[in-house]
Amino acid sequence: MIAPVTHILALTTVVRTRLLPAPGRIIAKVGQKVASTDVVGDAIVGRKHIIVDFAQQLDQPPKKAATFLKVKKGQKVSHGEVMGATSGLFPREVEAPAEGRVVAIGGGKLVLETGGVSYEMVAGIPGVISDVMADRGVVIRATGAVIQGVYGNGRLETGVMVSLFEKPDDVLSASSIDVNLRGSIVIAGHVDNPAVIKSAAELPLRGMILASITPNVLSAVAQAPFPVLITDGFGRRPMNTAAFKLLTTNVKREVTLNAEIYDRQNGTRPEVFITLPISQEPAEARSMETFAPGQTVRVCYLARPSAIGTLVQLRPGLSVLPSGLKAPAAEIRLETGEQVLVPLTNLEVLG
Amino acid sequence: MPASLIDGNSLLAVDIGTVTTRAAYFDVVEGHYRFIAMGQAPTTCNAPMKNVALGVQMAIQNLQSVIGKPLIDNEGHLTIPSQPDGVGVDSMVTTLSAGPAIKTLLVGLLADVSLKSVETLAQTTYLRIVDRIGLNDQRRPDQQVDAIVRHSPELVLIAGGVDGGATSSIQKVLEIIGLAAYLLPEAKRPAVLYAGNQELAGEVEQSLNNIASQVKISSNVRPSLDVENLAPAQRDLSSLVVKVREQQMPELADLRQLSNGVILLSAYAQGRMIRFLSSYFDSGKGVLSVDAGASAISIGASFKSNLYLNVFPQFGLGEPLAGLLRHTTLDEIMRWIALEIPPEMVRDYLYQKSLYPAATPATVEELAIEQAVLRQNLQLAARIMASRLPPTLRGRDGLLPSFEPILASGAAITGAATPGQKLMMLLDGLQPTGIATLALDQNNLLSMLGAASETNSILPIQVIDSGALAYLATVIAPVGKGPYGTPILRAKLVREDGTQQAVEVKIGNLQILPVENGQTARLELRPLRRADIGLGPGKGADLDVPGSMLGVVIDARGRPLHLPAETDQRRELLNKWLTMVGG
Repeated sequence: MIAPVTHILALTTVVRTRLLPAPGRIIAKVGQKVASTDVVGDAIVGRKHIIVDFAQQLDQPPKKAATFLKVKKGQKVSHGEVMGATSGLFPREVEAPAEGRVVAIGGGKLVLETGGVSYEMVAGIPGVISDVMADRGVVIRATGAVIQGVYGNGRLETGVMVSLFEKPDDVLSASSIDVNLRGSIVIAGHVDNPAVIKSAAELPLRGMILASITPNVLSAVAQAPFPVLITDGFGRRPMNTAAFKLLTTNVKREVTLNAEIYDRQNGTRPEVFITLPISQEPAEARSMETFAPGQTVRVCYLARPSAIGTLVQLRPGLSVLPSGLKAPAAEIRLETGEQVLVPLTNLEVLG
Repeated sequence: MPASLIDGNSLLAVDIGTVTTRAAYFDVVEGHYRFIAMGQAPTTCNAPMKNVALGVQMAIQNLQSVIGKPLIDNEGHLTIPSQPDGVGVDSMVTTLSAGPAIKTLLVGLLADVSLKSVETLAQTTYLRIVDRIGLNDQRRPDQQVDAIVRHSPELVLIAGGVDGGATSSIQKVLEIIGLAAYLLPEAKRPAVLYAGNQELAGEVEQSLNNIASQVKISSNVRPSLDVENLAPAQRDLSSLVVKVREQQMPELADLRQLSNGVILLSAYAQGRMIRFLSSYFDSGKGVLSVDAGASAISIGASFKSNLYLNVFPQFGLGEPLAGLLRHTTLDEIMRWIALEIPPEMVRDYLYQKSLYPAATPATVEELAIEQAVLRQNLQLAARIMASRLPPTLRGRDGLLPSFEPILASGAAITGAATPGQKLMMLLDGLQPTGIATLALDQNNLLSMLGAASETNSILPIQVIDSGALAYLATVIAPVGKGPYGTPILRAKLVREDGTQQAVEVKIGNLQILPVENGQTARLELRPLRRADIGLGPGKGADLDVPGSMLGVVIDARGRPLHLPAETDQRRELLNKWLTMVGG
């Protein structure tokens, strides 16, 4: 059976594609080294449109009115610029109601495209541009440690990582967020109070990497001005030990926290990336696995939250679970030494 | 002899669901079509595979190993038609429900006429409405254009104007749609379904053909002010949605080619099947189908040829659960749980399950939560469904009317640990009234059979006749007035072997009269105190009932069902009811 994979790797090579939300300009070039916050492309988004009924303003039938136009499709106009005029005893004019570009003309009307904001696409990961898709995006190749999460609030930052937990299941309180942490990326366990996120925003922190949150904190996380990544999910769940070890052994290093929104369809996931010095490029992380004995797996559902273990044996056919349901399942030896039966649907391969 | 028996024998039906892809094999055995076996695999439309055909291939490979017959050749191609050596299959059909809900813009004229009809149409399939544009829209045309560009809908459904009526209003709206579509990047231009005034059909096709990614002209959903006709547009919408999916999942084009040029949406195909079954069973009542899936709950009700189909993405049992508390409360879910489980655990379940839609309840607590959520979601969906039926078809107190039979599918129901659990989820969630047979579509065959009926009208009948549905129970739901414990119905069951069982059922109780599978029994029902078993106050009945997993279940708990407010009392009652139906 195909196994979902979550990357928690101490050293690997990752390849990430970054795409503009609309056609725009790609600034980066193939072979160029980029930092995670470097702008690699930009585009104008959120443009407004103004429909100008020039036939009505010129008091002419649509076809005839078009002959009085002084602008063409694609032409830029400034605010107040005369776009068309009739002559004669009672001449009429049509002026541009705003600065913009004529994007459509027809039926006695024209459409001005105005405004919009510049969207800057950053690399999101420190690496080397390995491919460029004209007007659309780039592909970046990078080596280092990677820890993928299950939830991200869509923001990105780099900063020095500081640990605020000693055990994977520690609960973070607002009083632990003090001024010494300003500008850092904090790693911590569980958060059950929105005040923690608010305190972090007041400092502000550069980012937070959390094991889990209770759902009542979700709204504060979504609105936080800095990136927040959740490694293990919702409810009182400890951080899985693989992520805990990897993060805590890299404290005080500069990391990239790309808390992008988890998109199952396209495969983009929130992740922490730690650049590491290498002498030889390590193998690319595998994105697809099938369940097999010997794999390190994480239990991802309610029972035994975030537990990590080794897949000992795939049970043939369907197994009866403690719930009474029947499902394909595997024997897992947990880190505690306990051996448990877990349905395959509740497992992820770590690697 | 029907054409289908001349040119076709074996059939491979593939259903691509959000979580699971199933491949079912049907063949002729002793002159009749039979369901032979099922293979399944995870659906592979998401990353990293992003190729829906891989899941289909794995499901077929799984099926091959079950039936012991190769269907795929060494190069990985499906062999159609079957070869003299028995390799391959004669034909194939495909149904689809995988993929995120499609971003849809609704366009009409009057809010309570064409806009309402086009919304009802949208609710028959897997769509997410992002905006509505109608005559009462207060926005300026350029603001409407900006809204469309910002939403970037994948699909636009347009209705408006009665046939032969005025055209200028709808022309103005069409101008806005055309302009917005033109301003979108070519790769993001929406598909358009037009189901309005037919006088404008040619103009719509001409004006939007080069701007929209696809244009489909359908019959007017409101040919006149007092007539709503959704059926032709439902079919066209299903086919257009599949085309939108083909842009997202290019491999579907190959599957369509193998499937005689047609892929149907699962909900639509299921609707076709229950419409067919409504005529086939001819019970004098409608047929109801319920499919509880990870991406949506679908409910279809067919009264002869009139099909009412609703897809509820907000009540899906997977990813949509993170948004469920926008539609209900934790208390409403908690009231269905008989175990001592803290509300926080239920809340966490909703969010964690949204991250792992395919996860299986492994513990008793997880299962209790999942089944409570399912009850609540079924109840919410059934209430909305009931409110959308024409007034003459609605049941009392906002409930669904009486149906015969009620067909249930979806692993959360059919895969439950015991028949009693399956029964209680359906009884509590749907609250059937009158007399109804509950049947389980354990292999999710209904949508496949609905698709098969496109080309082979014999196969679905014979497969249903051969026992493809598993009968769960015959439910009698007497409704009467009186305090808890008041006798409401006398029932006597006479089995084929001569054994008899007579009971007096009291308000608030559940009673089981077992009738084994394969047997039939005569059931005499005598309501007390003018109680109603769906035939009118005080009217009794003698009827033959088929054997089933549980037999006859008399549910005298009342309609609508009221649970005690006190927690311990409620839990005790829930446990008692479950015990009464075998645990």
